[in-house]
Amino acid sequence: MKTNRREMLAQSATVMGLLATAGLLPQAAHAAWTKAAFEAKSVADAIKALGGNPSTESKDITLTGPDIAENGAVVPVGCSTNLPGVKRMAILVEKNPSVLAAVFDVSDAVDANFSTRVKMGQSSNVYAVAMMGDGRVLFSGKEIKVTLGGCGG
Amino acid sequence: MADPMRIRAQMAGDKANVRVLMSHEMETGQRRDSAGKTIPAWFIQEVTALHNGKQVMRAEWGTPVSKNPFLQFFVKGAKAGDKIAVTWVDNKGEKRTDEATVS
Repeated sequence: MKTNRREMLAQSATVMGLLATAGLLPQAAHAAWTKAAFEAKSVADAIKALGGNPSTESKDITLTGPDIAENGAVVPVGCSTNLPGVKRMAILVEKNPSVLAAVFDVSDAVDANFSTRVKMGQSSNVYAVAMMGDGRVLFSGKEIKVTLGGCGG
Repeated sequence: MADPMRIRAQMAGDKANVRVLMSHEMETGQRRDSAGKTIPAWFIQEVTALHNGKQVMRAEWGTPVSKNPFLQFFVKGAKAGDKIAVTWVDNKGEKRTDEATVS
């Protein structure tokens, strides 16, 4: 059997794709890191860089977090939703130098419910954004106040 | 080599509640040292989770994630004895994988 160049290229592309999905290619994985989104300076820019359309506020998205965070270096936040068909979920802090904190790819095997801890430079609105399979982008947010230096403000 | 992650995976109903505590500086690249020089950014960029060898979750992180990051997620259809493996890769290309058994 003779494989011509075109087929050969197509096959190697498939193999590379498989390797990349399996996480065996760190370089390829790095390229997938959406640099533009993480360097965005505003919430709208970050969502756009992630490939999202203009977003609408939704009660079905939940952002969990404290009303007042005593230590801005460790603020526990979570994003969750019960809506089906979520593709990605993101956590954004409006007034941080880098707005986008984390993006989670939602698969069928996990709940659209993630919690982590983020740093906050100052009191700010924090948003949970869900990007749906049908192209809709839904968000909800709340203000988290950061007390610096423990002055109780 | 970075310190190991602490992973706890416990059944909660028909899902496994996976909690991960990673050990990482998560330097933002905004801070300066005592000599006034910027400390270069050093942070986890990508986190993946495998359930019995099959990828179930992938996350991209930026610098705002806290030092020694905490992550919680829920794996559907897991059962006691299943393996949950978590891998992170940072912006210097360093990576670490740790595994836990669902209890």
